Amino acid sequence: MSDADSVTTPPSPPPAKPPWHDLARGRVARPGEWLVEKGIFAVSLTAIVMILLIFVFVGREALPILLGQADSAAARVQRILPPEDVDRMTPSELRAALGLSRRKFAARSLEEQKAALKEIYAVRAEADRNGAEAIPDKDSEVNTVGWRYLILPHQWTGYSRPEFIWQPVSQIQKFNVVPLLVGSLKVTLVAVLFALPLALGAALYVSQFASRRLRAWIKPAIEMLAGVPSVVLGFFALFVLAAALESVFAFQSRLNAFVAGIALGVAIIPVIFALAEEALSAVPRGYVEGALAVGASRWQAAWGVALPAAWPGVFAAVVLGFGRALGETMIVLMASGNAAILSWSLFDSSRTVTATIAAELGEVVFGGHHYRVLFLLGTLVLAVSFVANLVADGVMNRLRRRLASSS
Amino acid sequence: MSRVGPTLTALATGLILAMLALILGHVTVHGWSVVTWGFLSGGAEEGLFTVGRSGIFPMLFGTAARVILMTLLVIPAGVITAVYLNEYAPASGRLTRWVRGAVNHLAGVPSIVFGLFGLGFFIGFVGAGLDDWLRPGAVQPYWAGEGLLWASATLAVMTLPVVVVATEEALRAVPAGLREASLALGATRLQTIIRIVLPHSLSGILTGSILAIGRAAGEVVPLLFTGAALYVSRLPGSLNDKFMDLAYHVWVLCTQSPDIDQTKPLLYGTVLVLLGLTLSLNLVAVVIRARISRNPQATP
Repeated sequence: MSDADSVTTPPSPPPAKPPWHDLARGRVARPGEWLVEKGIFAVSLTAIVMILLIFVFVGREALPILLGQADSAAARVQRILPPEDVDRMTPSELRAALGLSRRKFAARSLEEQKAALKEIYAVRAEADRNGAEAIPDKDSEVNTVGWRYLILPHQWTGYSRPEFIWQPVSQIQKFNVVPLLVGSLKVTLVAVLFALPLALGAALYVSQFASRRLRAWIKPAIEMLAGVPSVVLGFFALFVLAAALESVFAFQSRLNAFVAGIALGVAIIPVIFALAEEALSAVPRGYVEGALAVGASRWQAAWGVALPAAWPGVFAAVVLGFGRALGETMIVLMASGNAAILSWSLFDSSRTVTATIAAELGEVVFGGHHYRVLFLLGTLVLAVSFVANLVADGVMNRLRRRLASSS
Repeated sequence: MSRVGPTLTALATGLILAMLALILGHVTVHGWSVVTWGFLSGGAEEGLFTVGRSGIFPMLFGTAARVILMTLLVIPAGVITAVYLNEYAPASGRLTRWVRGAVNHLAGVPSIVFGLFGLGFFIGFVGAGLDDWLRPGAVQPYWAGEGLLWASATLAVMTLPVVVVATEEALRAVPAGLREASLALGATRLQTIIRIVLPHSLSGILTGSILAIGRAAGEVVPLLFTGAALYVSRLPGSLNDKFMDLAYHVWVLCTQSPDIDQTKPLLYGTVLVLLGLTLSLNLVAVVIRARISRNPQATP
């Protein structure tokens, strides 16, 4: 993960009013400059516009499923109309029946399109006559993209009990997201549990014990770890870590949630470290010096005074690390094994939400049900990381203000 | 505990640094002998997976192309946003807070979401719109497909916060006295910014650009749906061409190789080049930033 920006910790709010603002007040800019300044203002809104567009365009594709308007069963019950009815159709009805885009529909004449539709109906009628004696499958009447089937277990034909099944490539597409959510949760939990002690320990060391010169080396070095691309960490997990951990733990499957979690932990260490270190360094020197003055050891001052004072920062670091781990894709795609089977064991091959999107989006029908479910998963990832960001941000801002006012 | 505690924290720090060293060392040891001039300048004429023959030049070219295009898009937007935030925006204004918040949140959006966004917005909406407008009636999509431009645009949105944050840091380090002197001499605000403030923060803008390039160069996920390809027979020549890419190629070598053990040298060579590229970019940024913060004159 190369989130260099996360290491550059968000800028603390600048002083209430920069001094040069007053100097320039009252000066009338020249007309040309006025225009340029309006332009600067307009461009500065890019970030807001982009955030809005991201929500709109990722959410838009998932909307039919979110609102429960998509129906996979309806598509399978095929209508057949007699030729006279096809002749009476308006162009827009015809286009809808053929399921063509506006551009493709315009490519051929109306008569040709009608002939094509009649042919389709003739083939369908033929298929219906042949398939009349086939056993009807009750699954084909199920709307597999309904909320009920996305979340709750269902007893599909051939299964002995209700189960959570993610099986988007099959006759009856099954889109139960629970196995993926559990997969993501397992990997993320391992990552946070692995990264937290290390990152927090390093943050304590750098902010409380290290000499200034040592600190000037260690901080950039940990930033460098953030500069390692996630595909390289994934590669490392796949070829080195998996083999090493397998020889220690003797896994059933070589790639599993545990391996991916450890690699993911390495990726979020710099994120947790940066925030925790910032919070710990923001604790006023007076706190620690006061503790030392009344006879506390340096460890007692660090652990008993500085850490509790910076506690919200540590919390924010964990929340942000959690959000990052949940959204990370490449590492889990390469190291978690990718079996979409519901299991709570850390040592089973698991598939996460993000890996599912990355692996499957390339092969779906544009605008189809599978496509929309993947966008729904994307919306979920976006929402969770947005909330994680919001929480971490709010907590850090309050902490900065509090520590700044008490120093 | 008062002895053990500090030792434990030092140990944790050491472990983290050891991980970095381990990754670097392992990749360097296994990849060093592979990275020859022939490897760097060779193409994929004899297939992607022929050890000793296949090179990574097309991938380097693709990565360079998408990164340069991205830089052209993101630097102006990022620098102007930072200028607005630091030089114009009322510090307590609601809109200022929103812009800051948006920049912050953009940094936290997962890369997979940027992939979906690139597909849904740039290809599915902007590209399709361009096709309808510029080439009505054409059956083959031209802009509404994966390509260099949309991959770069997606990456530009992703790296915008990096540029904004670094530039703002540099703008804030420009001494207030310089601005005041310029304004006192009768320069307008815009003249002050263009002639005095921006030249003084060039190194910060450079840091931001380098960090953005470093981040984008190693990123694979947004490219999965917006333009990278397993194999293209020629170098990208226009904005809507698909391209091969260095980071994407690491993934290809990891997962698509017909015989993973046999093609391992290629993989290690490619990883070493990618890692060397991204880490040296990061290192340069770190050094420049250390220079800026050490400069005593730059404290307002």
